[in-house]
Amino acid sequence: MQISEDALKQAYRQMKTIRMFEERLHDEIMTGEIAGFTHLYAGQEAVAVGVCEHLDYNDTIASTHRGHGHCIAKGCDVRGMMLEIYGRADGICKGKGGSMHIADIEKGMLGANGIVGGGPPIVVGAALAAKLYGDGRLAVAFSGDGACNQGTTFEAMNLAVVTNAPAIFAFENNHYSEHTGVAYAVGSKDIASRAESFGMKAWRVDGCDFFKVYETMGEVVDHVRAGKGPAAVEFDTERFFGHFEGDPQNYRGEGEIARLREERDSIKIFREHAAKNKLVSKKDLDAIDKEVSDLIDKSVEESRAAAPPTAEDVLTDVYIDYI
Amino acid sequence: MAELMLREAILQTLFAEMERDENVVVLGEDIVGGMGTEGGPEAIGGIWGTSTGLYDKFGGDRVIDTPISESAIIGAAGGLGLTGKRPVAEIMFADFLGVCMDQIWNQMAKFRYMFGGKTECPAVVRMIYGAGLNAAAQHSQAPHGILTSMPGLKVVMPSTPADAKGLLTTAIRDQDPVIFLEHKALYAEKGEVPEGEYTIPFGHARLAHAGEDVTIVAAGLMVKFATKAAQGLAEQGIGCDVIDLRTTSPLDEEAILDSVENTGRLVVVDESPPRCGLATDIVSLVTNKAYASLKAPPEMVTSPHTPVPFARELEKAYLPSPGKIADAVQRTLAWK
Repeated sequence: MQISEDALKQAYRQMKTIRMFEERLHDEIMTGEIAGFTHLYAGQEAVAVGVCEHLDYNDTIASTHRGHGHCIAKGCDVRGMMLEIYGRADGICKGKGGSMHIADIEKGMLGANGIVGGGPPIVVGAALAAKLYGDGRLAVAFSGDGACNQGTTFEAMNLAVVTNAPAIFAFENNHYSEHTGVAYAVGSKDIASRAESFGMKAWRVDGCDFFKVYETMGEVVDHVRAGKGPAAVEFDTERFFGHFEGDPQNYRGEGEIARLREERDSIKIFREHAAKNKLVSKKDLDAIDKEVSDLIDKSVEESRAAAPPTAEDVLTDVYIDYI
Repeated sequence: MAELMLREAILQTLFAEMERDENVVVLGEDIVGGMGTEGGPEAIGGIWGTSTGLYDKFGGDRVIDTPISESAIIGAAGGLGLTGKRPVAEIMFADFLGVCMDQIWNQMAKFRYMFGGKTECPAVVRMIYGAGLNAAAQHSQAPHGILTSMPGLKVVMPSTPADAKGLLTTAIRDQDPVIFLEHKALYAEKGEVPEGEYTIPFGHARLAHAGEDVTIVAAGLMVKFATKAAQGLAEQGIGCDVIDLRTTSPLDEEAILDSVENTGRLVVVDESPPRCGLATDIVSLVTNKAYASLKAPPEMVTSPHTPVPFARELEKAYLPSPGKIADAVQRTLAWK
């Protein structure tokens, strides 16, 4: 696996940004300053970053209701995202979208999505457009183990195969669909085999280890860019927080979260691997931690002080024109 | 001018727009017809005759024949629209809205707003709608009311071949998602269609028939019935304005109110059931904004609050008709 030190530092920076963004939101939501429903991505960082490290600016992704990580990994402005989650006028969506609807088309981010299974059909469209552009671009649908049970996802996988669309179905199996276990809700137990049954090649990989994700995604992206049709990947990953902020999580096993944080922490795994293989120095990684911490502090501080939208803003941005 | 059937006007417009702009892409079930069969592509050429020959001319990357997967069709249209293309998706029967509602209602209609006005989705969804062919409860509905109630969508209902061309051209060039409702009982309707470049702006109603006594408001197939009623009434000395809305979203409120201010009497004709629909919407508009002009309570001629029935006699009883419209006009005139 070839990856430069700079690229590794960038990957770590993004993973750490996601982690600190989410940990900080978890704390700030407790203060009551942030309205609405928020679903945190902490624990799954290696997936978003390991996938997006292989993408160019004109590749597109569609995300889920747990979308902050995908946005950050695809290059959305962190400050703009924080402002949006605080519901501010200068937020990335002017305070009209909120946590579940962050998008930035310029960055190829087609939107987080409040509807489970909403993204995969949209990604097939983006992949069909990619095919028409003819420059090797592709589109990635991030979905959870919940969305893998939606009919929209099945329709999207079949249509992608039928049209040989350059789409990647990235299934993040964090073992919980909201508050229900995969053991109950996913009849086949295994998601990748579902994708295979639609006629596409599928991979399975540990989604808590950036290096494994990155290596696997290299093969997946090569396959799709070569015009060999859509592909799927099932990532075995972990969700550190509840389904939404405020979820009492009384469905978790005793000591489960502590164990996941000890054994399955993507940041810890990254650092251990980097140290063992002498890829990036501890000093450099510590410096990144500091840099990210400052960015998050500043974003929260600015968001708290920023102006909310006005009542007149309700009426704009519905149409381009409407007599 | 050339005399064309409405379905021919649609097909010619798709041809012209695909030729004009390489970003226009069409997709839908059996729009090519025959894919994966011995007969081969174009063996059917689209079941409505509105896509015949497009595949041969523009190829499979731009004329995408899809499996029976309405959510994927509309979702793909959304994704194509978000990434710089101009998709025109076909939903073979508007009733199948039930299996792609999320992609219309929660996705494409809301992209611009949810994403703070920084995103556009110039997608057209052509839906073939309406009763009159004894296709029964799941292949005959007129869902324009539901769609008109959704912010973010524009909803178009052409009633003539010329309007089909002018409005579809506008729809394809528009930067918002547009629902384009084609009545299956109007497909063989003939009319003069302007040649060359022809667009009709949204939100501007057409006066299909002019008169001084009663205002009749209608859209789609109902315009044909209302015009027929108005012609019969004219022979009895009763004059009716027939306002063809052309688009229900945006709605040309001014055309309706101006006419009612002149006639003082309103009949709204709507193919869909009466509750929370286009007819109640327009009656509410007029009673709110032109109350002082009204000489009689507004009349609504709608389908009943039932599913669309099958048998000829039942469907006839279900649908508004020129006779039912003429009766409603007479009631408003007789009101004391």
